[in-house]
Amino acid sequence: MEHFAPIPAAIGGALIGLSAAILWLGNGRIAGISGIFGQLLPAQSAVVWRLTFLAFLIGGTFLAAYIIPGLGVGGPSGQPAALVTAPSWFSAGTPVWIVVSGLLTGFGTKIGNGCTSGHGICGLARLSPRSFVAVGVFFVVAIATVTLTGVV
Amino acid sequence: MEKHLSLPYLAVAAIAGAVFGFGLYVSQMVDPLKVLHFLDFKAIPTGGWDPSLAFVMGVGLVVMFVAIRVGNRLKQPLFATKFHQPAYTRIDARLILGAAIFGVGWGMSGICPGPAISLIAFWPPNIVIYLLALFVGSYGGSLAMSGGSEKRLAPAQ
Repeated sequence: MEHFAPIPAAIGGALIGLSAAILWLGNGRIAGISGIFGQLLPAQSAVVWRLTFLAFLIGGTFLAAYIIPGLGVGGPSGQPAALVTAPSWFSAGTPVWIVVSGLLTGFGTKIGNGCTSGHGICGLARLSPRSFVAVGVFFVVAIATVTLTGVV
Repeated sequence: MEKHLSLPYLAVAAIAGAVFGFGLYVSQMVDPLKVLHFLDFKAIPTGGWDPSLAFVMGVGLVVMFVAIRVGNRLKQPLFATKFHQPAYTRIDARLILGAAIFGVGWGMSGICPGPAISLIAFWPPNIVIYLLALFVGSYGGSLAMSGGSEKRLAPAQ
């Protein structure tokens, strides 16, 4: 149970749920980040709220790290945030690994209509059968990917 | 003026975004390594597994579940004319294929779209190429789906 921190996890999870609740009850929108990010194009008037949400998402993260430093990554006295390095068998190098990961995540969440927040928090809470299937599939595949690639 | 350009509507988007970002930091899900230590099930027997992510999702889910119940009693959201429920309900190959492709991408880096955006706050090396790839991948997904799939996309207005 290395690094396990149930209290911050529960508080943070409650905040993420609260965010989804605010967006749903206030504006009737699903807090699915891949959807909000993936619908920035074509530019239309609904882009304004999406950009606002994303800008404040970055700001909220920054503010939290400033107020509660050292909780995890990125704060003034926390570990610097870092992306993974490619496993040693992957000879094309870390930037290629990162790019492939981003391409697959962008493509998959677009054609699968959602990610960890949209399907995982909002969809399961709506008891959507599509989300139950999607969440089951992406968790199993992600666990298999970590095991097979040995990225950690 | 269109509702989604009204001040209350944008204020709700801003508050929801800020609370989301705050929650990602507090839960430490902004750290890709923390996420990977959850996905690393082969570490369970050795005691190196980190179950935090399940707590984050479980608690978030319960809060949103209550909000959905509350919403069902309202005729419409506070600052908009309707709840945007995804209209498409069929479980099809595209959903499963998309989720599987996302699973590979997520497992490779431990980054899903929410933390990807919030990581901008710390500007770690390689975040820019990751975000560009995320955008290109997402755009590629829309191109792959163009034609007859407007219902499935069920987005926008």
